[in-house]
Amino acid sequence: MMHRIVFLLAGIVFGAGLALSRMIDPAKVTGFLDITRVWDPSLAATMGGAVVTTFALYAIAKRHPRALLGDDMPLPPSAIIDRRLVVGAIVFGMGWGLAGICPAPAFAVSVLSPVALWFVGGLIAGVLAFRWLERKAD
Amino acid sequence: MITVAPLTAQDWGLAGAGGILIGLAAGGLMLAAGRIAGVSGITARALEGRVEAILFLVGLPVGAGLVELLTGTSAPTAFAQPWRLVVAGILVGIGARLGNGCTSGHAVCGISRLSKRSLVATLAFMVTAMVVVAVMGGAPS
Repeated sequence: MMHRIVFLLAGIVFGAGLALSRMIDPAKVTGFLDITRVWDPSLAATMGGAVVTTFALYAIAKRHPRALLGDDMPLPPSAIIDRRLVVGAIVFGMGWGLAGICPAPAFAVSVLSPVALWFVGGLIAGVLAFRWLERKAD
Repeated sequence: MITVAPLTAQDWGLAGAGGILIGLAAGGLMLAAGRIAGVSGITARALEGRVEAILFLVGLPVGAGLVELLTGTSAPTAFAQPWRLVVAGILVGIGARLGNGCTSGHAVCGISRLSKRSLVATLAFMVTAMVVVAVMGGAPS
C-alpha cells in the first residue's frame, strides 16, 4: 500500500514539474531543440535543476543499504555502450523531434490537451510492438 | 550564428523550479522505494498490470492539472497533426525500449547516477531530435 502511495505522489510531483517548466508544451520543447532558427535554451535550466536535485537525493540514498520501504537499491549502472543503446536513442530522438513531446509530458498533458492521446497511443503500440518482437527473437 | 529567444527571469525561474520538482520526484522515488523514475520503463510495467506503475502514470496529469489550475496557465495547443503524433509515439516507444530509457530515465536519472550509457544516450537523442527539428521545421503544425 505504501508503495502505491509513493508512486502516485511521485507521479503528481513529477507532473507538476513538467507543467511548471512547460515541458508539456511541444512549442516550448521544439523551441529548445530548434538551434537553427530561434533557440529557447530555458529548458536547460529544467534539466539542470532536475539533475542537481536528483543527484543530491541519490547521494543520500546511496548511503543507505535499503530504501525507506525496505526495497533493495538498484545495481550500479552498466558501462557497456553498445549499438542497441545508440540505435534506440537515435530512434527515440527522431520521435521526440517529430512531435516535440516525450513519454512523461505526454501522459502529464493528456487530460489538459487530449490530442496528446494520439502520441500516448503510438507510445503504447511501440512498447507493445517491441515486446512482441523481442519475444519472437528469443 | 544562433539566435536566442528573448527570455525573462521568470521564464528561467519557472524552468528551473519545474526541474527541481522533477528531481524531488525522481530522488524521492529512489529514497522511498529504490526505483529509477524512468517513464518509458514505468509505461512498460503499467502495461503488464503493475498497479504502482499505473498510479505513477495517473499522477502525472493530476500534478500537471494542479499547476495549470493554480497558475491559471492555458493548456498547450501547438500539437502536431494526429498522424505525426502517432508515428512519433511509435518511434519513441520502440526507441526507448531498445535504448533502455527515455528523457526521464537517461537524461535525468541516469546522468544523476553518473552513468556513461545515459550520457551517450542523452547526447544521441538530443542531437537526433535537433536535426529532425532543423529539417522538419520549427513548432509543430
